Amino acid sequence: MAIYYSEEHEWLDVDGDTATLGITKHAAEALGEVVFVELQEAGETFDKDDEIGVVESVKAASELYAPVAMEILEANSALEDEPGSVNEDPEGNAWFYKIKIKDTAELSNLMDEAAYKAFTA
Amino acid sequence: MTEPRKTPLHDLHVELGGKMVDFAGWMMPVNYPMGIVGEHNQVRTRAGLFDVSHMGQVELRGTDVAAKLESLAPSAFTTLPEGKARYTFFTNAQGGIMDDLIVSNAGDHLFVVVNASMRDQDIAHMRTLDIEVVELDRGLIAIQGPTAEAIVGAVAPAAAELTFMQTTVADVFGVECRISRLGYTGEDGYEISIPRARTVEVTRKFLEHPDLEPAGLGARDSLRLEAGLCLYGNDIDNDTSPVEANLTWAMQKRRREEGGFPGAGRIQRELAEGVSRKLVGIKPDGRAPARRGVEVADMDGNVIGKITSGGFGPTVGGPVSMGYVASEFAAPDTKVNLLIRGKQMPATIIKLPFVQQNYKR
Repeated sequence: MAIYYSEEHEWLDVDGDTATLGITKHAAEALGEVVFVELQEAGETFDKDDEIGVVESVKAASELYAPVAMEILEANSALEDEPGSVNEDPEGNAWFYKIKIKDTAELSNLMDEAAYKAFTA
Repeated sequence: MTEPRKTPLHDLHVELGGKMVDFAGWMMPVNYPMGIVGEHNQVRTRAGLFDVSHMGQVELRGTDVAAKLESLAPSAFTTLPEGKARYTFFTNAQGGIMDDLIVSNAGDHLFVVVNASMRDQDIAHMRTLDIEVVELDRGLIAIQGPTAEAIVGAVAPAAAELTFMQTTVADVFGVECRISRLGYTGEDGYEISIPRARTVEVTRKFLEHPDLEPAGLGARDSLRLEAGLCLYGNDIDNDTSPVEANLTWAMQKRRREEGGFPGAGRIQRELAEGVSRKLVGIKPDGRAPARRGVEVADMDGNVIGKITSGGFGPTVGGPVSMGYVASEFAAPDTKVNLLIRGKQMPATIIKLPFVQQNYKR
């Protein structure tokens, strides 16, 4: 198990070729109060950098992009009813997707925690 | 790029944890640690303090100054009683809106407040008249919310005696200030014009009140949007007429009939014959906010208008928008579709405002 981070401020908690995906605490704080989340559905597949969802705060709308080529196994539909949970627990309960990673070699393009910390410093 | 300007309260915003951004050439706080939604709710339930010192404050003096100002704007100023403020706008030769502003009769002069982004344009525009135009170097704060009267009235009893759109000069913590009962939130409240050098001191003293919290531009925008108040540059601009923007109420009867202001031809024609598009409130049926630029379509998919302001309304508890639609779709309860990210999202035309205005009449 290892946690990877993208430059789009997503985290991926990887277990073999599956992972849980969400946005980082840093991203949630920068967005401000989240008021709307739009998710894609389980079963859909995406190439790296495809749009996989929308997060809107009181300030602006932000797209969520696939950090690796992936298939959605499960979407956290609770976020659509309680978008504010993204601010409360972005790296825990407010995950966005459980995904299957198409090619785990792509993970090498992502950052580890130390690199992400430096990236956001 | 010139360096953004700072209001007299800049360092206080930073001290209070304000998130500063460049807005219309001024460094202004979007929000404080309380956050946009918290600040919005604070203003709706208690009171918030906004720095609006970036707006232009101007004194107009001279013979027949009110009559001369009527040549630039379609409101009545010659009949504006002393101590009264009036919402108005400068129109261009095509009947569009150059800027909206507040004009007050301060007795021996007119006191004018214009938008930050338009202050240079507006001052040059007023200088085309044969009057004295003095740009004031003063701070301006707004204290808005249901407890504003108690907060300001405790310091300056004359403030509690004012009704909506009345103005007076009064002592505030030992400083002579102009207090006007108006604002941009839909709530009761005041704008207080303070000599620049005393602005920080007066603001700090107000903020000692337990009911008052600082509020930033983010809350100011969501509050005014719920209250159905236009933002210049978004909902009204050089192309939109006051009739299209539902601002006919701000053009008093004598002015509508007599004309004598720029663009009177178009405006009088629109008053007589109607307009092809109207500014309306648009309530998305779902949860997705519909922001500026989103197209509005009829149920057959034909584009009939565009959102000019939109976002999340904390008091409404959901998305709220304003925009122009073809007049045949402007009736309240009309169903429309919003084209958001390639999808059609259902929405309903509503009569503005989204949240009832609570002015002290």
